[in-house]
Amino acid sequence: MITKEEILKLALLSRIDISENEAESLTSQIDSILGYVGHIKELTGNVNDEIPTLRNVMREDVVTNSPSEFTEIILNEAPAREGNYLKVKKILE
Amino acid sequence: MIDLQSLTITSARKKLDAKEFSAVSLAQAYLDEIEKKNESLNAYLEVYGDVIEQATYADNLIAEGKSFPLLGIPLAIKDNILIKGKKVTAASKILGNYIATYDATVIKKLKENGAVFLGRANMDEFAMGGSTENSAFGPTKNPHDISRVAGGSSGGSAAIVAADLALGALGSDTGGSIREPASFCGVVGFKPTYGVVSRYGLMALGSSLDCIGPITKTVEDSQIILEAIKGLDILDSTTIAISLTPSEKAKVIGVPWSVVNMEGVDPKVKENFLSSIEKLKVLGYEIKDISLPNLGLALAIYYIIMPAEASSNLSRFDGIKFGLHVPGKDLIQDYNFTRGQGFGLEVRRRILLGTYVLSSGYYDAYYSKAEKARAILKKEFENAFKEVSLILTPTAPFPAWKIGEKNDPLSVYLADIFTVTANIVGVPAISIPSGVVEVLGKNLPVGIQFMAPQGEDSLLFEVGKIFESK
Repeated sequence: MITKEEILKLALLSRIDISENEAESLTSQIDSILGYVGHIKELTGNVNDEIPTLRNVMREDVVTNSPSEFTEIILNEAPAREGNYLKVKKILE
Repeated sequence: MIDLQSLTITSARKKLDAKEFSAVSLAQAYLDEIEKKNESLNAYLEVYGDVIEQATYADNLIAEGKSFPLLGIPLAIKDNILIKGKKVTAASKILGNYIATYDATVIKKLKENGAVFLGRANMDEFAMGGSTENSAFGPTKNPHDISRVAGGSSGGSAAIVAADLALGALGSDTGGSIREPASFCGVVGFKPTYGVVSRYGLMALGSSLDCIGPITKTVEDSQIILEAIKGLDILDSTTIAISLTPSEKAKVIGVPWSVVNMEGVDPKVKENFLSSIEKLKVLGYEIKDISLPNLGLALAIYYIIMPAEASSNLSRFDGIKFGLHVPGKDLIQDYNFTRGQGFGLEVRRRILLGTYVLSSGYYDAYYSKAEKARAILKKEFENAFKEVSLILTPTAPFPAWKIGEKNDPLSVYLADIFTVTANIVGVPAISIPSGVVEVLGKNLPVGIQFMAPQGEDSLLFEVGKIFESK
């Protein structure tokens, strides 16, 4: 049974501000979803022999554009910029 | 007057080449139709201002004697696929007024083909949902009954094709998001083998599951679009090359009755499914019962893996690099407010769920177990395909529901019960209209779904063409 405190902790970890009310309703919803997906423990077969086949595929990092070719259009999408930098609040007091 | 209702990509191609009408007049006919119908359907989030300009370009190429399969063909694009210089939002507030800075690979290919983009299609926010009710810009209505959902997450794309607001559309399918809305709207929806179409420029939901594919009126039209957008891409390392030339395979179809007979499948859908089976027998197909021991776990596997991947993929939306920014007192609060207010309810729910199944205390019980289950299910499918060439199920367990009717998230997830499997094991699947069922005096479309082995996408076009012609 997932608790409201755990939901608030998950929200904190996910950097999502949620209200107490929402935490309340999410608790019962996520609990019922976890109840459903918990059926995964009924899996049959040689569970321990199965190693997921996911792997990384790497390629050479090749430069395909000229310097600053995309700087303007990309920085134009930033909510706040200063020159060619993204502007954020200071993180050290 | 161009008769849009009977027009297909195939027939439009012939008429454009024969100069029966121009690309501009075709595009204008669709713009007029959109003007008439879109306000009530809410299928397009935006109709582009340069449609006639694009069509003029196509006409110039036609005048030079050029002919590509999609030259001058008006299409709609799901709002999670990037077109350089155009706004794109994934139906989310968190992207604000984001303008795409590059073309998705599929867009680049469609441009080379001379296709005309009419506008961007409504969807569930970040493709999370089965009804477009999770769009931040309101649900798309089903053209067959506007009190009902169009399905989702590519509901805008499906409604657009069904209501003659484009000749075809691109959708994306992570767990059924092309096939389920196609089934609800009475059109064809195709999810290719994983990797056949590049995902570069598609906003990621579950990267190991996501596929771009077509929604069209006919099976042949879907094949034409897939042929145009498929192919290896250096910018997506999961892409593979396949041929769509039909291969010779025995006409044996497997039906996983244990899943089809599960409770929760609407009796009218079941009845329609049985009559489709009878039709296939008449068409010369042998129907075989197949059993896949872990098939019943597909939905559980899916609702662990997809939120896990989504929670990771959506971490890029931070209010700093692009899109919405909601200021707080410090940087952490900037993140929390931007993501709390920018993401809709379902997106917040799935990010929390994904964070939970990936957390150190629960990783082994959920995520790791689901990946193992995925590998086992993949093997079960490989074995099943030794006995049969195709696997058949209904596309969805019920027809389109009333807007607002389902407010429990789990009950909406159950709509994906037949479709998620193809994404989990990476096989191609198609939804083809199989008639209508009567609900409260209205005829609502339903569809059947065929799955084929990995890379055998052509088998689906073959059986689809035979099924729809009879």
